[in-house]
Amino acid sequence: MTTLTLQGLRKVYPNGTEAVRGVDLEILDGELTVFVGPSGCGKSTLLRMIAGLEEISSGDLLLDGARINDVEPAHRDVAMVFQNYALYPHMTVRRNMSYALQNRKVPKTEIERRVLEAAKMLQLEEFLERKPAQLSGGQRQRVAMGRAIVREPKLFLFDEPLSNLDAQLRAQMRVDIRKLQRQLKVTSIFVTHDQIEAMTVGDRLAVLNNGELEQIGTPMQVYSQPASEFVASFIGSPRINLVDGEVKSGVLSFDGFEVPGFTDISDQPVRAGIRPEDLLVGTSGTKLQVDLVEELGSDELLYCESPSGQDYRIRRPGGSGHRSGEAIDVSVQKEKIHLFHKSSKKRIN
Amino acid sequence: MRVFWKRHQLLNHLLLLLGVAFLALPLWLVFASSTHDPGTLIREGMQLGFGGKFQETYYGVLTEKKGFTEQVTAATMMLNSLILGLGFALGKIVVSMTAAYAIVYFRFPLGGALFWVIFTTLLLPLEVRIIPSYKVVADLGMLNSYSGLIIPLIASATGTFYFRQFFRSVPDELLEAAKLDGAGPWKFFIDILLPLSRTMMAALFIIMFVVGWNQYLWPLLMTTDESYNTIVLGIKSVMQNIDGNRLPEYNRGFALAILALVPPVCIVVFFQRWFIKGLLESDK
Repeated sequence: MTTLTLQGLRKVYPNGTEAVRGVDLEILDGELTVFVGPSGCGKSTLLRMIAGLEEISSGDLLLDGARINDVEPAHRDVAMVFQNYALYPHMTVRRNMSYALQNRKVPKTEIERRVLEAAKMLQLEEFLERKPAQLSGGQRQRVAMGRAIVREPKLFLFDEPLSNLDAQLRAQMRVDIRKLQRQLKVTSIFVTHDQIEAMTVGDRLAVLNNGELEQIGTPMQVYSQPASEFVASFIGSPRINLVDGEVKSGVLSFDGFEVPGFTDISDQPVRAGIRPEDLLVGTSGTKLQVDLVEELGSDELLYCESPSGQDYRIRRPGGSGHRSGEAIDVSVQKEKIHLFHKSSKKRIN
Repeated sequence: MRVFWKRHQLLNHLLLLLGVAFLALPLWLVFASSTHDPGTLIREGMQLGFGGKFQETYYGVLTEKKGFTEQVTAATMMLNSLILGLGFALGKIVVSMTAAYAIVYFRFPLGGALFWVIFTTLLLPLEVRIIPSYKVVADLGMLNSYSGLIIPLIASATGTFYFRQFFRSVPDELLEAAKLDGAGPWKFFIDILLPLSRTMMAALFIIMFVVGWNQYLWPLLMTTDESYNTIVLGIKSVMQNIDGNRLPEYNRGFALAILALVPPVCIVVFFQRWFIKGLLESDK
């Protein structure tokens, strides 16, 4: 059982920049939690604070209930996979993997056993005597994971481990990491700025922005119930359509659309968010002008413009035969609309 | 066409041979002259041909006690030079590596300023501060000792700078990975930085060994006891040895010059591969 609890974690750098502004979070046992957000949102800093590489300015970090703020990184029982792998260039793969165990005075036979086991799991057996420079990017990546696995830590930390790989290998490693984590059942934290990676790898997503936690939830929760305008626009590709509108006596009106049924929302100006696949092209509704059609095979993307000049992205099944310049009728269901407060940007429906 | 090509190649080789001769001739002159007897040298000048007294001269130089007090052989002087050269080079590497390690990896008050203080000592070469240095060594009672010859010289701004630049180019993640792997500062230095610096150390070793071996002014001042004479000093004492009716033994002087050349050349040849690697690339 491993649970990691973050209570009001803050990181302020000596120059006054506040990288992490009070994050409360619980990482559940055996789960893979993804920290996702744009660059500079504090996700890597947060991970490094958990690893002990970055001092905690205030707040508490609890591993299985014990406060580990001031515990040395080596004694926290966490293993980390670095973005550039950080393999020791002068050591063979075998030594790279066994180094941490040697430092911890693990018996030789035990080291041997664990290294072989990890090598087998990661298909590295034939490379054990090679140096990192003689390996491909994907193999180095696996060695870096092997180095973490042999430690048998309570917590795995991945700091953008896939960003140095090419697209094809990245997709492959994504699946491999997922399988491996399932198999080992080690509580893990994975940092990425890539929302697709985050959606596919994570059991739960922690979306960070500007040093604050915007939302935590399963990928589907985050996608279908975004807690704020930021989450809505960051997660999902192509981006969600966000339009200024107004709720008056339970009727939402924006840019020519009229959607009734918002009776539980008081009259106020709002931001309405609609996923591209939730805009339905039909025979009735609001007229939009198609600017551009992107054919993706199974899907197609329509880039449209309303008479008022507002841009819309619509995703539809492929082969519908829409052309640019055409006018289409678009409607939307009440359940598919995400409403955000105009100033606080938080979800209100 | 073929003939032309061959002639062309011949010309290239001739040019190269000419260059080699230009560089090697003085050395050969010294070597050839050292195998003649001193009389021939004084009468006829330096000799191009081999004189046939190779064994006598070199055996004599290496085993006969010479010098002002007639106490030292060339073998002793070479040993002294070797101790000075090795101590100088190894000392400089150890001191500058540890200094650079402290400056790059530890945050202590005035750390940055201290580095620049070390750096400014480059502006004060040994010759400028030789009298105060002599005073310090004399006050410490270290005149006429190997430690007196070596220790005052092993602080090196160049070396510190060199290793500082190298350490700064080592990715931070390596240190962080080592931290998570349970390696303390000492282990990180020994297990990771040291092996990564191998080529750097070799390059610095060659340069510093040759510099140490060629020291002249410093051993001249720090040692009055001839048993601490280095070979570079010895050449001079042989050449100066004109008293009354004895001829200066130029052949022996030349022999010493050749002997003084051998160890640095050996070191450079032996470490050459690492040396070039160290200067051109680093295996990070």
